[in-house]
Amino acid sequence: MTTMVEIKNLRKTFGSIVAVDGVSFTVGKGEVLGFLGPNGAGKSTTMKMITGFLTPTSGTVRVCGHDVQDEALAAKTRIGYLPEGAPAYHDMTPASFLTFVGEMRGQRGDVLKRRISEVVAKVNLQSVLDQPIETLSKGFKRRVGLAQAILHDPDVLILDEPTDGLDPNQKYEVRALIRAMAQEKAIILSTHILEEVHAVCSRAMIIAKGKVVSDGTPAELEGQSPTHNTVLITLSGVETTIAHDRLMTVKGVKKIEDQGKDGDLVRLRIFPDEGQWILQDVGQFAREQGWDVQELYQDRGQLDDVFRLLTTPQQALS
Amino acid sequence: MDRIRVIFKREFAGYFSTPIAAVFIVIFLMLSGAFTFYLGNYFVRGQADLAPFFNFHPWLYLVLIPALAMRLWAEERRSGTIELLLTLPVTMWEAVAGKFLAAWCFTGVALALTFPMWITVNILGEPDNGVIFASYMGSLLMAGGFLSIGSCISALTKNQVIAFVVSVVICLGFILSGFPMVLDMFGWAPQFLLSAVSSFSFLTHFESISKGVLDLRDILFFLSFIAFWLFATVTVIDMKKAE
Ligand SMILES: Nc1ncnc2c1ncn2[C@@H]1O[C@H](COP(=O)(O)OP(=O)(O)O)[C@@H](O)[C@H]1O
Ligand SMILES: [Mg+2]
Repeated sequence: MTTMVEIKNLRKTFGSIVAVDGVSFTVGKGEVLGFLGPNGAGKSTTMKMITGFLTPTSGTVRVCGHDVQDEALAAKTRIGYLPEGAPAYHDMTPASFLTFVGEMRGQRGDVLKRRISEVVAKVNLQSVLDQPIETLSKGFKRRVGLAQAILHDPDVLILDEPTDGLDPNQKYEVRALIRAMAQEKAIILSTHILEEVHAVCSRAMIIAKGKVVSDGTPAELEGQSPTHNTVLITLSGVETTIAHDRLMTVKGVKKIEDQGKDGDLVRLRIFPDEGQWILQDVGQFAREQGWDVQELYQDRGQLDDVFRLLTTPQQALS
Repeated sequence: MDRIRVIFKREFAGYFSTPIAAVFIVIFLMLSGAFTFYLGNYFVRGQADLAPFFNFHPWLYLVLIPALAMRLWAEERRSGTIELLLTLPVTMWEAVAGKFLAAWCFTGVALALTFPMWITVNILGEPDNGVIFASYMGSLLMAGGFLSIGSCISALTKNQVIAFVVSVVICLGFILSGFPMVLDMFGWAPQFLLSAVSSFSFLTHFESISKGVLDLRDILFFLSFIAFWLFATVTVIDMKKAE
């Protein structure tokens, strides 16, 4: 895998605030890296340093082999960037705005026209092409920002909250667009919508207080969830205590949590011993007991839980 | 260089796609006309020249140029487009120069639209057209000086009102520094300091150009003045762009 973005010990302070605190990672071609983290974690600040807008307090960023500070222009030509909130010149129309950005990137004449119409088709902007940007809806503004970022078919794409404020259909479209481009590029996007990670990211990085607290595939992240590989079972016509006590005798069961009653339904969450798979054993045991099993499934783990666990220190302690 | 042109084109067109162009030009023409005819005794003087017209330019610019310049960078910062602009493959210098040149050319257009005055004096008498031409050049250079101050102050803040007020005050300083009255207030200061201060006065240089002598030193004064403030703009943006 070709390394496209290489970040070493990146740090940024604003006075006494440490916004980014020693972040290092690399992103290769074909990867879609999701930055996850609560507000104020340092996601945007990191992106602003990758794109060369902010100068790091210390540390280096290399994009396609070019140092973003020392060879700024070379690096910037390889990057497409959607800043947070998708800023654009509001008195311009999408058509004139895209022409401006294209010309700034050295595209001219027919090549530029062709490129604009391709990009406009990709993000569905045809209907508003000649309307002032200030009159457009949030969804359209975001798409103008995306169009601007992919206009020069960049090797590296940095998207700060690309689906923020979009309706579900628009989110779906934007994610599909990102997935379609993923093969050819290195993409970094930030989000606080956890489902987005499953939808588009090949890799997820949780950032809290300026530090990387977790880095892995979405599945690996879920593996860190306390409910990872737990088994949920719903029974009817059995006493909770009886079900609980009997299930504890199944091999590999560590503990059982009552999830609350619903009518005469009993819901239990069964935690396995470290690294054990207990779904089949639990199922077989329930059949042998002659219980009426309404529901039985294994939980992959919730990203939400991992996210909370890693980004709120108080909970990690308790 | 080409990117300066692209930025210039966008900015310049921007003046005309908003009401700014119309409002600025109309007010500029009205005020310069009113000043000249009523306050400058254009007809009474019985002389065919444009001196009364040009005499008011420093004061006209004092109000109008900061109003034009206040949005240059403050607006980019407020709307967040500065992040977009400066992450395009462009150097800070190109961005600053492109925006400044567009604003300067725009004032040039407003100034050029006062040409009926020039025609009128030629109908009424036989003015020294060389002097008038030099005065136009001087006025344009002075406008550039004011604009470069405005550009720098506008980079300091997101708030356009603050940018306007602070620019007016600084511009006023550069007008007044040549006034004997102001220099008298600093009578205690050593002579070399006084002449240094007065040599920075726009009035001194503008008046010397308006006499019809396009002295290289006066031209250089304005050009290096502009270069200095644009350099300050670049520095300020670099320092404050994060906020
Ligand atoms: N220009 C700035 N001046 C001072 N503090 C800032 C500035 N930009 C960001 N910060 C601070 O840095 C931290 C990280 O912010 P940011 O990168 O925007 O977080 P995120 O994008 O993850 O929500 C926050 O505490 C924020 O208040
Ligand atoms: Mg952010």
